Amino acid sequence: MVELDISNKKNPKYVGDPLEIPKLACGAMADSQTFAAHPKHNTDLGFPPELIDNWKEVAIAKIGELGKKNRAFQVYLDICVKCGACTDKCHYFLGSGDPKNMPVARQDLLRSVYRRYFTFAGKYFPWLVGARDLTEEVLNEWYTYYHQCSQCRRCSVFCPYGIDTAEISMAAREILDSVGKGQKYCNEIIAKAKTIGNNLGLNPKALRATLEDLEEDLEDETGVKVRLPLDEKGADILLITPSADFFAEPHIDGLLGYAKVFHQAGVSWTISSYASEAANFGMFIGSYENMRELSLRVRKAAKDLGVKRIVFGECGHAWRVAYSFLNTLAGPFDFLDQNYPIPQHIMEFTHDLIQKGELKFDKSKNDEFRVTFHDSCNVARGSRMGDFPGGQFELPRDVLKACCNHYFDMDRDTIKESTLCCGGGGGLLTDELMDLRTKGASPRMTALQQVTEDHGVTHMAAICAICKTQFSKVMPKFGYEMDNILSVHQLVSNAIILDDQVLEEEKQKAAQAVQEAKAEAK
Amino acid sequence: MKIWRYATTPAPLKIPTMPAPLTKAGVGFRLFREVAFFESLFKSNKWIWLFGYIFHVALLVVLLRHLRYFQSDVWWWVKLIQPFGIYAGFAMVFALSALLARRFLVERIRYISSPSDYLMLLLLIGIGASGLAMKFVSHTDIIAVKIYMLGLMRFQIGDLPTHPALLIHLALVALLMIIFPISKLLHGVGIFFSPTRNQVDDSRTKRHIAPWAKKLEEGEDR
Repeated sequence: MVELDISNKKNPKYVGDPLEIPKLACGAMADSQTFAAHPKHNTDLGFPPELIDNWKEVAIAKIGELGKKNRAFQVYLDICVKCGACTDKCHYFLGSGDPKNMPVARQDLLRSVYRRYFTFAGKYFPWLVGARDLTEEVLNEWYTYYHQCSQCRRCSVFCPYGIDTAEISMAAREILDSVGKGQKYCNEIIAKAKTIGNNLGLNPKALRATLEDLEEDLEDETGVKVRLPLDEKGADILLITPSADFFAEPHIDGLLGYAKVFHQAGVSWTISSYASEAANFGMFIGSYENMRELSLRVRKAAKDLGVKRIVFGECGHAWRVAYSFLNTLAGPFDFLDQNYPIPQHIMEFTHDLIQKGELKFDKSKNDEFRVTFHDSCNVARGSRMGDFPGGQFELPRDVLKACCNHYFDMDRDTIKESTLCCGGGGGLLTDELMDLRTKGASPRMTALQQVTEDHGVTHMAAICAICKTQFSKVMPKFGYEMDNILSVHQLVSNAIILDDQVLEEEKQKAAQAVQEAKAEAK
Repeated sequence: MKIWRYATTPAPLKIPTMPAPLTKAGVGFRLFREVAFFESLFKSNKWIWLFGYIFHVALLVVLLRHLRYFQSDVWWWVKLIQPFGIYAGFAMVFALSALLARRFLVERIRYISSPSDYLMLLLLIGIGASGLAMKFVSHTDIIAVKIYMLGLMRFQIGDLPTHPALLIHLALVALLMIIFPISKLLHGVGIFFSPTRNQVDDSRTKRHIAPWAKKLEEGEDR
């Protein structure tokens, strides 16, 4: 990949193709290891504490069980014809060249074992169809390479049968968990969310203090009492947002944006300390039971607080679980107001208001930014917004264009349904995987560098907590600053004009008028 | 057997690859585009699409051409496509050879290929080549073959001409039929059972739940 010096202000130059196919580098990522889960975190989730003695039998039985419970798993293991269409579609492959990061090869790590024990050809002619025994080496290989998949589903767009490697990688992680080989990052976080209510382990008291501080900041900034209510019974809207929105940058600025939009809309809303997390890491480990348990917290919070609507904040995988799975996992939501989508995305909420002309913006407030939009993978390919297919692409762009004067899209092959993952999704946003994350981000970074060259784009906006954290970490490695990644609602927040807000210019004008009046009086 | 398995295994979650159609009719159209035009493959890789598409369409025409060996009164349109069947035979062998060449020449495809992947292509090429050989290299007594086939259809085993190309052709086809249900050649039906392609995008308005998942809710206060 061509490195780019973006401080070079000369004319546009070729910065490389974001989708350039690398030469195969066998074993390049074989040493990438993510930390093993603490035994307690495994048992918290209902898994054995550590690798069990009869792991082989249990793992094989689990493959059989999943084949009966999940049609996608069964069909996808069977029908791949090795056509090769997916081989150049994974951002980890593009960034690392390791052939085991080609989607089909990643599936084959498991498929080869499935064939050995479950198919006629694999049982009797293993060499013919590339079937192999399940050994400890294979198990470790699964752990290594199924933790190099961010479950972004880019490959599934391009597969002629729609084979979704995310389904295989989730199943593989479930098999690993079932024999006691869990990953620290995911399992620790799920354990926290199941007991405390959010991934950060932020308790209700700390959460309240944080929100109060933010309310003060908002009042200082706008002169208006914009509220961030917590656990307020009888509010109309329950906001479920990733807990990163409470403390990380640029996430917080997005949260302030939601608060301003709610304020301007004049609706009553609340955050719940019981369900203070939108992200649902149960999906990353393919555990229906854990994902369901976390989802039921949202249901309980909505019931306990007596809200009429549920709105989700900016978070990619969270929105996939919310949009596509919540009704299944924790429905039916017959106790909510059926006149609104259940659940609704904050982008839909804001977009609606803009359409109705109820939000006023001073776009010049964002003139310092030349913005592009990163479609978050799980929003793009795992969910929808609005009432038409592809609304998940249009709504955020509409909102951005409503509050920014300078908006530019990246290469069409790297956005919308073909978007590249940030490189940190699916349970990989952990420090020990920094090398993998950097390599996985490089195709997206090259696409960004192209628009930087072509249109002078300075900032990228995203609607996912993981994307935001990941980019603020990796962008400096590609010649950007860590604050070149923005929340979409941060830009909304910058530009929105609140009704009772005293604008700087008006303050000055008022002060001037007073002085003039005084001068006249003299 | 496998098909029954696919039809009865539940899909616990809604996982259509978005953007997805909002109605059943839309899903039908999406599947039609996949089957008739290989839409996703076209988006993915133009070369694989080109060779794969030529092969599949040519195979269809060739199969239709073969109908005449099984009919005493040949349908008019089967008569009409006879010459096209010949062209299709060449196109099929050409496309298969190109697909085989890709397996050898493209590093990534070579990496993911097992012996069976090459052998299946060789088997299909063998079938195509032996079929063409009967027409263009050493002519077989096709009338006698037809009489034999029509006999078979009435459960009478007659005399089959012992022409080498014909015997090779028929033996390879028989082999293909044997491995068809236990190999990746079954992919043809798989697309219809693929949740990422056959599901409707309606998860917010319609609750979707698998029977085994429903059981988890028993005894819960909802």
